Amino acid sequence: MSAAAVDLAAPAPVLLEAVGITKRFGGVQALSEVGFSIRRGEIYGLIGPNGAGKTSLFNVLTGIYEADGGRFVFDGAPLEGLKPNEVAARGIARTFQNIRLFANLTALENVMIGRHVRTRATVFGAIFRDARTRAEEAAIAARSYELLRYVGVHTRANDLAKHLAYGDQRRLEIARALATDPKLLALDEPAAGMNATETATLRALLERIRADGTTILLIEHDMKLVMSVCDRVLVLDYGRRIAEGPAAEVQKDDKVIAAYLGGDAALNLKGAG
Amino acid sequence: MPDEPVPPGVLAAWRSHPAASRVGVALVAIALLALPFALAGVGTAWVRITNLAILFVLLSLGLNIVVGFAGLLDLGYIAFYAVGAYVYALLASPHFNLHLPFWAILPLGALVACLFGVLLGTPTLKLRGDYLAIVTLGFGEIIRIFLNNLSQPVNITNGPQGVTLIDPFRIGSFSFAQPQSLAGLNFSGPIKYYYLLLLVLVVVVVLNLRLQDSRIGRAWEAIREDETAARAMGINTRNMKLLAFAMGASFGGVAGGMFSAMQGFISPESFVLVESVNVLAMVVLGGMGNIWGVILGAILLSFVPEVLRYTVGPVQMQLFGRTLIDPEVIRMLLFGFTLVLMMLFRPAGILPSATRKRELESKRAT
Repeated sequence: MSAAAVDLAAPAPVLLEAVGITKRFGGVQALSEVGFSIRRGEIYGLIGPNGAGKTSLFNVLTGIYEADGGRFVFDGAPLEGLKPNEVAARGIARTFQNIRLFANLTALENVMIGRHVRTRATVFGAIFRDARTRAEEAAIAARSYELLRYVGVHTRANDLAKHLAYGDQRRLEIARALATDPKLLALDEPAAGMNATETATLRALLERIRADGTTILLIEHDMKLVMSVCDRVLVLDYGRRIAEGPAAEVQKDDKVIAAYLGGDAALNLKGAG
Repeated sequence: MPDEPVPPGVLAAWRSHPAASRVGVALVAIALLALPFALAGVGTAWVRITNLAILFVLLSLGLNIVVGFAGLLDLGYIAFYAVGAYVYALLASPHFNLHLPFWAILPLGALVACLFGVLLGTPTLKLRGDYLAIVTLGFGEIIRIFLNNLSQPVNITNGPQGVTLIDPFRIGSFSFAQPQSLAGLNFSGPIKYYYLLLLVLVVVVVLNLRLQDSRIGRAWEAIREDETAARAMGINTRNMKLLAFAMGASFGGVAGGMFSAMQGFISPESFVLVESVNVLAMVVLGGMGNIWGVILGAILLSFVPEVLRYTVGPVQMQLFGRTLIDPEVIRMLLFGFTLVLMMLFRPAGILPSATRKRELESKRAT
């Protein structure tokens, strides 16, 4: 609670505040008492070794898992007990570590489905096709194409999602998430499997999304990307928060080095220091 | 965000449906309007067979919403047909001595079937694939067994004897059961029903096409493709699945009511498991998710067995001078053989949906 309270007084208003998030799977403590806060307009990194609990934290945040303890406050209201679709409606959109596109639909259709939560046509609208529904459909298609262009896969608009190149699939997933008009975009390892050129394009895209007013929460293993793009970074290890702060500081933290290189390295460093 | 116009080609390609040209539509319409008189020339039985085929097309289109669009395997679909049929039978027959007009009962039947759809959908929301199939199969049987046994202690369904003397459709003094002459043409009862069924069919096809190409249709497809991702994108999967069950069920209910009125007699025997499987086979054979494919599948599976029924016996008599193999047996044999061939050579159906076709091509390419 105390750490979060300090952050509340921080200069930029807080978009997402997590307090004491805890999650157990049987005997495994996936997350214990994790707290952090994300300010509006920042790119917030979430790093840690494999199995540190990063994706678990994502799943708890987006309502796929229910937390065993703790709470999230998003945009001024609690996120407790919400289902994934309600979380999306509140303004948190996510991508998945192992890409989960609608593989047999076209790129454009994938993004159009992202518009679902911001549009209202009912069965009756769909059947009678009144003027409002037709206008809404046209707006959905136009906006979806615009988003494809924004992430740079508009040339493949009518290709099946699964036929897109790997990097394009990653960017399509971002476009689909952006289609829900999120306040917070949560990306789970967007650069995984990308080559250097693709990663550079991705970095430019992330900075552009932030510049256009969307806050980003980024899980990433590519340290070069994290260090260059993130304002602040949270480090998890074995489900615990071990460090938080500006990327450059976190990088030098003993505990972080130990977590990544193993306990002995930390001892050696301490011995040397 | 840049506000650049969408190139027209992109949306046009996305919207391209296999819609025939105007001339084609007109020709098909004329053929469909003339069909019953051509069939009546061959034999009145064929008009009745055509009417039943249209009912099965209606059923297949309803099931296609659940199975083809939303990807929920339903093996008890015939139960909704039964519900619609019994609602009509009980409210328009001497059984309760009620004779409500059909235009009031048909929507009611659709509504009751819709409620049963939600009733089936609610407990099965978390089930997928095989598990869902088993529960829906059980549901179909439960409905049939209820219909069979609800004759005691209060006689509601009249049990296995079924309901008889069900009213035909009637508007004032105009009855769909009576033959009538108009402009020199003889409109028999089945021919009148044919035109009514054709009208209902056109409405249902338009509804299906519009549903598929809408926000709702896309949400169903998203659930079919990846339920977790669909929920993360803000789709209320619970409501959308219930909606699919409800829409599919109400189409089944309408078809059931029309079946009741056309037959004049129904019993639980008409709603056995094999009928559910039959409708599912029509959907799969034609091409799941493709409305035109499903229609074709339903027509083929309705007509081919009838054609065989009328030809297998006589052909054997011609060739061997006697009937060597029971026509019924050879009919099922050919039926099974056709399905096996289909699965081997056109696993996505005769007219696969655009999606499944692309899916298949990509498999071949890799």
